[in-house]
Amino acid sequence: MIKRLKVSLVGNPNSGKSTLFNRLTGLNQKIANFPGVTVEKKTGSMTIGSSDGSDYHIDITDLPGTYSLYPKTLEEQIPFQVLCDPTNESHPDVTVIIADGTNLKRSLFLCSQIVDLKSPAILVVNMMDQVTKSGVEINFIRLSKELGIPVIPMNARDGDGIDFLKNAIISNISVPENDFIDTALFAPEVVQSIRQSVKLNSNYVAFQIANNIDQISFFNDRQERRAQIKEILNRYGFDHSIMQASETLKRYEVISLLVKQVLKAKNAIPSKEKTFTRKLDNLLMHRFWGYFIFLAILFVIFQAVFAWAAWPMEMVDQAFTWMSIKVHDAIPEGVFNDLLVEGILAGLGGVVIFIPQIVLLFTFIAILEDTGYMARVSFMMDKLLRRFGLNGRSVIPLISGVACAVPAILSARTIASWKERLITILVTPLMSCSARLPVYALLISLVVPDHKYLGVIGLQGLVLFALYLIGFIAAMGSALLMKFIVKAKERSYFIMEIPVYRMPRWKNIGYTIVEKVRVFIFEAGKVIVAISVVLWVLSSSGPGAAFKDVKSQLETADPADTELQNHLAAEKLRLSYAGITGRAIEPIIEPLGFDWKIGIALITSFAAREVFVGTMSTIYSVGGSDEDIATVREKMMAEKNDKTGLPQYNLAVGWSLMLFYAFAMQCMSTMAVVRRETGSWKWPLIQFAFMGVLAYISSFIIYRILS
Amino acid sequence: MRGDFKKLSEIKLGESAVIESFTDDTMKLKLLEMGCLPGEVVTVTRFAPFGDPMAIAVADSMLSLRMSEAANVLVSVRS
Repeated sequence: MIKRLKVSLVGNPNSGKSTLFNRLTGLNQKIANFPGVTVEKKTGSMTIGSSDGSDYHIDITDLPGTYSLYPKTLEEQIPFQVLCDPTNESHPDVTVIIADGTNLKRSLFLCSQIVDLKSPAILVVNMMDQVTKSGVEINFIRLSKELGIPVIPMNARDGDGIDFLKNAIISNISVPENDFIDTALFAPEVVQSIRQSVKLNSNYVAFQIANNIDQISFFNDRQERRAQIKEILNRYGFDHSIMQASETLKRYEVISLLVKQVLKAKNAIPSKEKTFTRKLDNLLMHRFWGYFIFLAILFVIFQAVFAWAAWPMEMVDQAFTWMSIKVHDAIPEGVFNDLLVEGILAGLGGVVIFIPQIVLLFTFIAILEDTGYMARVSFMMDKLLRRFGLNGRSVIPLISGVACAVPAILSARTIASWKERLITILVTPLMSCSARLPVYALLISLVVPDHKYLGVIGLQGLVLFALYLIGFIAAMGSALLMKFIVKAKERSYFIMEIPVYRMPRWKNIGYTIVEKVRVFIFEAGKVIVAISVVLWVLSSSGPGAAFKDVKSQLETADPADTELQNHLAAEKLRLSYAGITGRAIEPIIEPLGFDWKIGIALITSFAAREVFVGTMSTIYSVGGSDEDIATVREKMMAEKNDKTGLPQYNLAVGWSLMLFYAFAMQCMSTMAVVRRETGSWKWPLIQFAFMGVLAYISSFIIYRILS
Repeated sequence: MRGDFKKLSEIKLGESAVIESFTDDTMKLKLLEMGCLPGEVVTVTRFAPFGDPMAIAVADSMLSLRMSEAANVLVSVRS
């Protein structure tokens, strides 16, 4: 017989919660968002066989780390909702509380709150190896008796204690008998009135409801109940900040006594970890060496995402080209074949190509997070970035954005404040990513003379550098602007723990990477494939007989005659829906110096900016996708403006185009990822509009100035 | 004997003080739950290179907070 149980893991940040979760579930886990918010919801499952022969199927939810049940940030809302609201879909049968044994006092604070909820709970005291090493003994029997719940010593890294925990989970534990502290003493009338009004397990749940009446989802379907309770609160003049403070102080008072009883420091040795941490911090947080080392680390990350990722990306690219050829040859010619090869396979290729960068970036980020270094980065960078509405941790997304905005935006999750995370996500795509490079390279070689100053400094190189700088300035400027526009959903705190340095847990890092890739493929990937198909339809089909005619000519043309082939391909693109749209938007983009040919490229390169080069080669009949940039360049150089008869690609148009590509949100993959990370289409659309307007205005101004 | 009352943000590097009270209610709750209780000894262990934020050692852990946040914590220095 199989019995099902729901278990929640809850604990302070840095208590080893994720390690325990990974231990219990292995790879049987998935990440989604909690309904309505972009807070990661990690769920997993495991099976426990009991001695009586029946199997237990356990669904585990890993709740975001929190110090108390009082929600102050978006993330802390979740443990509160899940544990205090019995109607919540994740409300557990058993709550497993993970405590950091080296900081038992603070860990017991959250634990004591959960005990008072009066539902089955187990306390796991983690990091026992360090506790023992520092010469401290914990009387677990006493602790368990005082708390009224089972207590299990553990070392989650090595898996010590896991089996005891599994047995405890299925042992049908009873609810704690006594209140740890009776919160009814603080507001007897309120607690009693609420308990009369709604059926509840404990005084503490009533007290929590009183404190968080506006936040708790419990009454979302019963607004009249909520109003009724608010009326009670008003009647008794209930002040929740006084109440919470009294509760906190009372809890710590009782906990202090308890800790004195159960903790025995036999021969207290100053913890090695702390001494080591202090020494390392003297170097890593040094006012000069600290920044120097951080810069070096950033440089390595940048190299990895930019250069090391290049060869696996090349392999992915080749694999998809190979597959396209195979599929193309295996299926009879026709629309279905084209859709499969040029729409779906191309789209899938466009998704898979990001995986090397995501894997590399998250390997680094996970290591930096897991060792405790990221908290230091935050600490060192806070003052610089705060004035731009960003967070110390925004550095990683911004720098990674120079390689690619997609993994960069995924990495913004480590920013705890929603507003700072959002601003980071919104401005990161302004950093010049590697997909802009081919566009810049083509345009610079077209309009910037190959001058050398002092024999070594090339003008073309300077312009490229200027474009990167412009991207960075635009990102910071926009952040500053958004700081005043974006409304904060919560108050921003910087108060956080700086954990001791620890060796990275490679398994955790492995899981993080697998999760990130999975999320990207399944959540952003489907949008990318869908848009890729739409773009394929636009550029491969067109209305009327003229399009059909060119298409059939192209199909029957002599494959050896590349000139005719290229000419027909260009004609086909001109007559396609993309071509028609390109011509339709010509009046809009004309003030920027763009013609309809550029218009087509603007539309097709929404798939990815570098597609600009490929589209230009098709339009200028260079043909093929492995076109020679030099040939496109020659053709574009020779291009004359229809009206003026002067070269179309002069300095003004070149700069106008470059600025347009620097600022416009020409990337469907980024938009798909922003949607996933912000939970709706609202922000990617605002971002699209904002970047579009910025691009249009800057291109317009530079074009006017230069022409 | 109780010494002078000061803001936590005024404490110098390496000095210790005792937490007395808080002047901001929300901040108070956040700090309380992280173990910054009245009566606990705090030691200023580090300042970020630009003088802000600060790192403090309190009750077995190291916390970081901005100077503006630390200005809401009143401490007493025992002479």
